[in-house]
Amino acid sequence: MGVTLTILSVIVLIPLSAVAIKSAGLGFDGFLAAAFSERALRAYQLSFGASLVAAVVNGLFGALTAWALVRYEFPGKAVINAVVDLPFALPTAVAGIALASLYAPTGWVGAKLAMVGIKAAYNPVGVVIALTFIGLPFVVRTLEPVLRDLAADVEEAAASLGAGRLSIIGRVILPALAPAWLTGFAMAFARGVGEYGSVIFIAGNMPFKSEIAPLLIIIQLEQYQYGAAATIAVVMLGVSFLMLLVINAIQAWARRFV
Amino acid sequence: MTISIRSVDKRFGRYPALNSVSLDIRDGELLALLGPSGSGKTTLLRVIAGLEFPDRGQVLFEDEDVTYLNAAARRVGFVFQQYALFKHMTVAKNVAFGLDVRKRRERPSRPEIAARVDELLGLVELGGLGRRFPSQLSGGQRQRVALARALAVSPRVLLLDEPFGALDATVRKSLRRELRRIHDATGVTTIFVTHDQEEALELADRVAILNAGRIEQVGTPDEVHDRPASPFVCGFVGEANRFEGRVEGARFASGPVVLAAEGVRDGAATAFVRPHQLALAEPGRGFEVTVDRLTVQGPVGVIEGRTADGQRIEASFARKDLGGVEVRSTLRLAADHAHVFPDA
Repeated sequence: MGVTLTILSVIVLIPLSAVAIKSAGLGFDGFLAAAFSERALRAYQLSFGASLVAAVVNGLFGALTAWALVRYEFPGKAVINAVVDLPFALPTAVAGIALASLYAPTGWVGAKLAMVGIKAAYNPVGVVIALTFIGLPFVVRTLEPVLRDLAADVEEAAASLGAGRLSIIGRVILPALAPAWLTGFAMAFARGVGEYGSVIFIAGNMPFKSEIAPLLIIIQLEQYQYGAAATIAVVMLGVSFLMLLVINAIQAWARRFV
Repeated sequence: MTISIRSVDKRFGRYPALNSVSLDIRDGELLALLGPSGSGKTTLLRVIAGLEFPDRGQVLFEDEDVTYLNAAARRVGFVFQQYALFKHMTVAKNVAFGLDVRKRRERPSRPEIAARVDELLGLVELGGLGRRFPSQLSGGQRQRVALARALAVSPRVLLLDEPFGALDATVRKSLRRELRRIHDATGVTTIFVTHDQEEALELADRVAILNAGRIEQVGTPDEVHDRPASPFVCGFVGEANRFEGRVEGARFASGPVVLAAEGVRDGAATAFVRPHQLALAEPGRGFEVTVDRLTVQGPVGVIEGRTADGQRIEASFARKDLGGVEVRSTLRLAADHAHVFPDA
């Protein structure tokens, strides 16, 4: 217990409190000004908003991917399985450069999208694309074991009791997946909020438009505004912590039957 | 309800799971499908349930051809070996599931469903546990929930796939009696699959014995035990000593072992003698056995030994008849009855 607490303090709690102390150096008014400047608000909005959208997209497609990987046999399955983990292993900067060159108006995909009037890089859409790429494995890998565990006989039992396909999905499969799904969603979301490397290449980083909060912190640091940087960090910390708390509470409720 | 299975074939890839199986199940009976693993018993049960469809042949419920109807349309109750309960629902919700998913017009009212759930939980002796989740129950209790859930939809036939397979021995035994009681109380035609002959013989009205995708014999527990129709049944149901030998003039001989074989044609044959059918013999009769092991199981003593030409023999006696018998001693045994089958 003592060892755990010491390690937790040294590795997690002390650095976090250092951030808070640093930002406290600004005084109350200074804190407010730095934390809620127009530019910072826009950055939070983008960071949390894009992460949320990306997590939702991942929740959907990650579930489909996990389902396909667990339930079906198809040629190239092993390759797909490995590809899913790529965002874990790839240096984020590599992912960022790759995505930026693909989705830029001159890139393979970006050029096609530009023809139908969609601009997919150097704006918030680009941020969502990068965060989706980064978050996918979290959803797939948390859902996979639960899906595998969800034996086929449970579906057969439901069918033999007269449930139609929709009833089976809605009443049996989805509720059984919900806790793991929420976990994957939360992890993808949290990763999105903290993501930096892959986003900055594709985001364009225009203040008030496509500038994410972590980038704003770096910019403040580069301008020797340590207090302001720490202040934004404190806000991010607070909001992230609150969201994780809420998601944990939902999970605890959804796991009441385990 | 009567069920007829007519010349059903089922293959999985190139593996034939059922080979021209025909079987008639009587109204209200409790039938066991007994066989070793891979014999096709579970496949047959799933074909009856509508969870698997035959490649050829017919399944009739009464006079209705249900061969290509799914499980829900056949109105069968199915109980799985691993319970297959909905883990995120309470026990009551699990039992009510089959009623809850009905279309609005056919669905009973909430109080009616609640009353039905209470009645069924009472029937399986789980009254008062309706608000628990399956994870809070023991294995035996979970299987009772699965049973109540299957009965909730008033199935025309109740099908159970190795219902006691995942339970330990004592729970198994009590749940077996329970199933018999519930069957007698509801009167619903019931078919269960098992590889445990003791379970089949104790519980069922009739037993169908399967081997390699075929039905070897259908009969009451007494019939299949006392009058086995094939060497397989004889070897599978109950204990038996097996001898390979020849029949000549209504006498079977395998080395020193000689047995009566009335009405069996001459030629190569296989004989089975149950341990309790062997008795101590007068000098000059029967054959000599050297005792290797002597074990006592309650009132019964069991001898394991060898004949002069090395064939293994198991024989059981009342303990009082075993006076003076020791390991390494020799004694003479004779069979008062034997099952002799000519080799095909």
